Amino acid sequence: MTTDTAPISEARQQALSKAINRSERGRLFALLFPGLFWLSVFFAFPLFVILLYSFLTPGPTGNVIWKFTLGNYATLFTKDLYVNAYVRSLWIGVMTTVVCLLIGYPLALYIVQRSPRWRNVLLFLVLIPFWTNFLVRTYAWMIILANNGVINSLLQSIGMPRLTLLNTTGAVLVGLIYGELPFMVLPIYASIDRFDFTLLEAASDLGADRRRAFLRIMLPLTMPGVAAGSVLVFIPTVGQFVVSDLLGGAKVDMLGNLLQRLFTRSNPPNWPLGSAMALIFMLVLTIAIIFYFRTTTEEDR
Amino acid sequence: MKDGYAIEMRDVVKRFGEVNAVDHVTMEIRNGEFFSMLGPSGCGKTTSLRMIAGFEYPTAGEILLNGTPIGTTPPFQRNVNTVFQSYALFPHMSVAENVAFGLEMKKVPRADITRRVDEALDMVRLSGYGERRPRQLSGGQQQRVALARALVNRPDVLLLDEPLGALDLKLRKEMQIELKRLQERVGITFIFVTHDQEEALTMSDRIAVMSEGKALQIGTPTEIYERPNCRFVADFIGESNFIRGRVSDLSAGSATISDGAGLTLRGQLVQPLTVGDEVYVSVRPEKARLSVQRPADPPANMFQVTVDRVSYIGSDTRIMVQLGQDRLFSVWEQNTRSTVDRDAYWQRGEQGYLWWPVENALVLKD
Repeated sequence: MTTDTAPISEARQQALSKAINRSERGRLFALLFPGLFWLSVFFAFPLFVILLYSFLTPGPTGNVIWKFTLGNYATLFTKDLYVNAYVRSLWIGVMTTVVCLLIGYPLALYIVQRSPRWRNVLLFLVLIPFWTNFLVRTYAWMIILANNGVINSLLQSIGMPRLTLLNTTGAVLVGLIYGELPFMVLPIYASIDRFDFTLLEAASDLGADRRRAFLRIMLPLTMPGVAAGSVLVFIPTVGQFVVSDLLGGAKVDMLGNLLQRLFTRSNPPNWPLGSAMALIFMLVLTIAIIFYFRTTTEEDR
Repeated sequence: MKDGYAIEMRDVVKRFGEVNAVDHVTMEIRNGEFFSMLGPSGCGKTTSLRMIAGFEYPTAGEILLNGTPIGTTPPFQRNVNTVFQSYALFPHMSVAENVAFGLEMKKVPRADITRRVDEALDMVRLSGYGERRPRQLSGGQQQRVALARALVNRPDVLLLDEPLGALDLKLRKEMQIELKRLQERVGITFIFVTHDQEEALTMSDRIAVMSEGKALQIGTPTEIYERPNCRFVADFIGESNFIRGRVSDLSAGSATISDGAGLTLRGQLVQPLTVGDEVYVSVRPEKARLSVQRPADPPANMFQVTVDRVSYIGSDTRIMVQLGQDRLFSVWEQNTRSTVDRDAYWQRGEQGYLWWPVENALVLKD
């Protein structure tokens, strides 16, 4: 009986599944189209243009000469100005991330351990700075750090000498850490909130002092929050140009500042070099992030 | 097995805000004993356990481990291990790493760790599960990992905080037997916290019945059940009929109690009383008898009653009778005869004689 009906039903089934597949594909395409369209017009296409430009020769008036060259990349890897900008950007990114982590983790832990009512108040306080424009807040730091700003006036009033605070790497770091801290606190908070504190009692019960209980149990289990927070802080920091411009003067050049200059301010603009710089920047960030995720979340997988 | 006490709690108080979670508790737990703390939630049993583990420090009083005060010693310096209610296994470590954790913290050599972890997993019948993650195991298996993780450290005392609560009934019964057998084999003092009286009676050498921060009675399962020292213990362990009244007469070892509505009962004393004391006469449902015929040699407690309700539950028939006005009294009869004859069982509305000997009724204070 089965041998009789099987071929028919199989053929039918195939036809049916083909029909379903056809309509499914149509639906799938309809659903994906807006996203795909958006991505291709605003992401893939510009990226392609940048990739193309990075291999072309800059012209004397800011135009592009259609002649293939690797010169742009050569310049990036040989000229101190650019090499230093890469190193400085990455270093500032790492410093900002590390300091945000060192402040953000204990802060998140502190907030989790409050009563539910206080928790909401404290989280709200963490978020309050977002209500003011980032640029305005950075200008506020200028006023605080300026030569005759808030800190120096205070120092002077108690008879201490003034300090040069503005237009230093330190000022840039302070501005970045201040701005990025909430992005570190929130994911870590979410991670610690899910953490079962009984596990710390279990560790202690098994002979682990507080330090080892933290390092062996709590830190690995809250690592997803740490990793997410670090990436959320690191990426925007490395590409920053507003904070370094305002608080670092022209003295602390980061990648973003050079990029901005190459594309808009320099005379003539140099789009091919800027494109090459942006591409290398993307590549370095991607590698750094993949590496970071590998090392931090391996244990949990 | 060593002599003496593994744990002594001397007049221990733990205060949370305005509440005494543990209220002047004194108890001695012998070496190698299976000791249970039994009581409803909020009775202070878990807080007592947490103080022995070191997660809480007593507000007043002293706790001794093998004769040494450990009041404020942190948990990681006490040779005491805990099996948590939620098991608290480390989810990012394998089963073997979980079990090895305590030994690693004590800096036991690598080779010894491997051997002892294998032994411990073998003991809880989980050999070959070492590489798995806790979440890949069933509840019962996770429970056994938690046991192995604690026992591998060879603690002086093992603390178990309602470890069977999350298991289903059948598994729970199996684990009760397995736990008891394990305890007898390793000879370690077990302190077991539970709100399940049957669990406590099945496994324990001795039980402390707790309520509102106090240890009401400490004794063997038989003592706790047969000679409860107050109404709460009689009520919490098993079932009991309580008849409230006042002591009207005292004689050697027994008392006469009147309920003020014409009922007079006699019961055994468990503590000295004086005439006029307000008391409860406690009679277990299986220790009272119901018969159609008036007993030939009438005992001190005999009443004519009417059957109000009958529940047949297989092994027993549970009969509610009306004793005096508006008072129901529960009697359990074992179904020792195999019959479906309707006449062999009590029917609603039947008349009968309810009676019990003096020693089956206990006179208890509230």
